[in-house]
Amino acid sequence: MFSYRMNHLKELESESIYVMREVAAQFERPCLLFSGGKDSIVLVHLARKAFHPAKIPFPLLHIDTGHNFPETIEFRDRLVAETGARLIVGSVQKSIDEGKAVEEKGYNASRNMLQTVTLLETIEEHKFDAAIGGARRDEEKARAKERFFSHRDEFGQWDPKNQRPELWNIFNGFKNMGEHFRVFPLSNWTEMDIWQYITIEDIDIPELYFSHKRKVIVRDGVILAYTPFLKLRPDEKPVEMVVRFRTIGDATCTGATKSTAASKEEIVDEVAATRITERGGRFDDKRSDSAMEDRKREGYF
Amino acid sequence: MSQKEKIKFDTEAYQKMELLRFTTAGSVDDGKSTLIGRLLYDSKAIFEDQMKSIEETSRKRGEEYTNLALLTDGLKAEREQGITIDVAYRYFSTPKRKFIIADTPGHIQYTRNMVTGASTANLAVILVDARHGLTEQTHRHSFIASLLGIPHVIYCINKMDLVDYSEERYEEIKAELTDFSSKMDVKDVNFIPISALFGDNVVERSKNMEWYTGPTLLYELETVHIASDYNHIDCRFPVQYVIRPQSLEYPDYRGYAGRIAGGVFKPGDKVMALPSGFTSVIKSIDTFEGPVEEAFAPMSVTIRLEDEIDISRGDMIVRENNVPEASQDLEVMVVWLNEKPLQLRGKYRLMHTSKTARALVRDVRYKVDINTLHRIEDDKNVGLNEIARITLRTTEPLFVDPYSRNRQTGSLILIDEATNNTVAACMII
Repeated sequence: MFSYRMNHLKELESESIYVMREVAAQFERPCLLFSGGKDSIVLVHLARKAFHPAKIPFPLLHIDTGHNFPETIEFRDRLVAETGARLIVGSVQKSIDEGKAVEEKGYNASRNMLQTVTLLETIEEHKFDAAIGGARRDEEKARAKERFFSHRDEFGQWDPKNQRPELWNIFNGFKNMGEHFRVFPLSNWTEMDIWQYITIEDIDIPELYFSHKRKVIVRDGVILAYTPFLKLRPDEKPVEMVVRFRTIGDATCTGATKSTAASKEEIVDEVAATRITERGGRFDDKRSDSAMEDRKREGYF
Repeated sequence: MSQKEKIKFDTEAYQKMELLRFTTAGSVDDGKSTLIGRLLYDSKAIFEDQMKSIEETSRKRGEEYTNLALLTDGLKAEREQGITIDVAYRYFSTPKRKFIIADTPGHIQYTRNMVTGASTANLAVILVDARHGLTEQTHRHSFIASLLGIPHVIYCINKMDLVDYSEERYEEIKAELTDFSSKMDVKDVNFIPISALFGDNVVERSKNMEWYTGPTLLYELETVHIASDYNHIDCRFPVQYVIRPQSLEYPDYRGYAGRIAGGVFKPGDKVMALPSGFTSVIKSIDTFEGPVEEAFAPMSVTIRLEDEIDISRGDMIVRENNVPEASQDLEVMVVWLNEKPLQLRGKYRLMHTSKTARALVRDVRYKVDINTLHRIEDDKNVGLNEIARITLRTTEPLFVDPYSRNRQTGSLILIDEATNNTVAACMII
C-alpha cells in the first residue's frame, strides 16, 4: 500500500524549493548570499534542484572579508564552475580602502561587522531587490524571530518588532523602491537536518569541516585558527591540535572544535552527541547577549 | 567539547522521521513556557551554552529559579520587558519525529500571533489551568484553532499538582471541554492531565496520576496521525514559475514549477489549465532526481504537458472532472492584523496561492466576539486582532476551495497598497 507521506527532510527540501521559486517569480534582481559555509552550499544545492534543468536564475554573491581560509575560496570557485552560476564578489578590503569601513583595532579585531557595510553597498550597486541567505531559526535566538521573507528598509535595516505577519505559505514580497528583502529558505532546518541532508545527498563541502591537524590559538575558551590575520596577545603561542570547524566564516572569528570526525557520517554522530550550539564557538556572538540582533538590525546577514 | 557521550546516530531512522508543526496556546500563568522548556529540556534540544546563558540571565535578574521562558524570548526588548512580542519558532526532535513549535505570546498582539503560528500547524496544544478550568482565554484559543483549521487539538489540563492530582477535577474540566469543543470544527480532540513544572505526563508518565491511562503529551505528539492532514483528493497545482532553460541540451523544455496544493497527480492524467480552460495530458512530473510516478501535497515538482498551451504564474492546473470554484465574489472569515482598521469599500492587494489580484471590501456581515463567540451585527468596525465575516469582490476570478477543504487554495491575504503591509488573513467559506 502506498501512503502519501514525506519524511521530514523531503518536506523541508520541498519547502525550501518553494521559497526559492517564489523569489525567482516575485523579484526582478535576486541574488544568493554565498559564504562558502555548509548552509550556503546547501542553498546552492537546493537552488539547482528548484530550477532544474535550467541554470540557477540568479548570481551568487560572496562578501569577501579578505580574511579567508584558502580552502573556502578554492571550493567557491569550483562550485561556481560546476553550476555555471555567475559569481559577484563584494570586497571588504575595497570598502576599507575607500574609507567606507574602518578596520577594528585590538586583539579581537574582526572584519565581521564590516561585512555589513560591504554587503549593503554591493546590494545597492547591483540593485539587488532580494538576497537569499542561509540563516536558520535554530541558530540563534534573534534568528528564531525571523521571517522567510524579511523586509529591509532603504537603509538595509531590520525592524524586528514590526515585521509583516507571515501566514500559510503566502509570501508578501511587495516593497517600495530602494527597499529589499532577505529571504531565508532554510528557516526551518536545524544543524542536524543540514548534516543529515549533506550526508544523504552526498553534497561536497570544504575540507575544513573534517577533522585535521592545525595550528591554533586558544583564546577565552575559543579555539581560533592561527592565521596571518590574527593579532596575537603577548602571552599567546600557537599550538597544534586535531580540530574541525562547525561553521565557516571569517577566519579571525570562526572557532574550531576538537574533533576526530573525518567523514560526514562521523560528523552526524558528533552533532548528535554535542551539547553546545554551533554558534557557541563563534567569537562574534560572544560580544554581548544581543550581538546577533544588533548586527541584524543594521543589515547583517 | 566532551566526547564521552559516544552516540551512534541512526541515520536510517532519522530519514523516516516525519515533521509535525504545532502551536502552543496559553498565557505565562498557564505554564506554557515551562511546558515548552520541559519538552526541549527532556528531549535534549537545549544545549549547555544556552542553558548556561539563561541561568546567568536569570541570576542577573534576581529570579529564584532558571527562567525557561528566556529560551523563547529572543529579542532584547522581550527580555528587558519580560514579555514575548513575536512568534518564535523552536525545534526539537525525538527518534520518531521532528517538531516545529510556533510559540506565540500570551498577551500583546495575541490573536495576530496565534493566527500566524496556527496557519501552518498540524496541531494545537491548549493549556488549561486545573485550578481555574475553562476561561475566556480557553474559548479564544479554541476558536482560533478551529478557525484556522488545525486538524488536531490537545487540551493539557496543567498544574494538576495544585489540585492534588485529582481525577475528579480532571474529569470535570474534560467534560466541560468536550461539551464546548463539540461546537467547534476540530476533527481530533484529546485531553491530558499534566504538571509542566514537575514533568508529570509530559515526557514521563506520572506516578501521581495512576488513574490516568492515556498517553503522555510527547507520546501523543509522536504518534498522532498527520499523513492525511493534506487534501489528497482534489487535484490542485498552482503554477509558481515557468522553467524554460532554452539551452542546447534542453531547447524546447517547458515545465511548470510549483508545490502541489492538493490531490495526487500522475503522468497520463487528463488535466485542465485555469483560467484558460484548455485541456491536456501530463507528459511527465519532473524533479532534479528524475521523473516521478506520482506527486502529492506538499511536494515541489515540475509538470510538463503533452500540448503547448499558454500557462503562466498564477494559473492553476487541475483535473478536468474536479474543478475549483472560479469566483470574483468571495465570502471569507477575516482576521485583521493591522493597527489601521479595515476600510469598508476599501481596495487592497490580494495574494491567493501564486496569484496576485486586487480586492474591494464590499460588506462586513458580522464581527465575532472571540471570547463569547457571539455575533456582533451592529458594529462593523473591524480593527486590529478582530475577526469578522466579510465579502470581497476581486478584479479577476480566483480559483478557490472552501478553507475547510483545502488550507492552501482556501486561504488568502490582503495587503495595504500604500504601505505594502500584510493587513489581513482570510479563510474562504
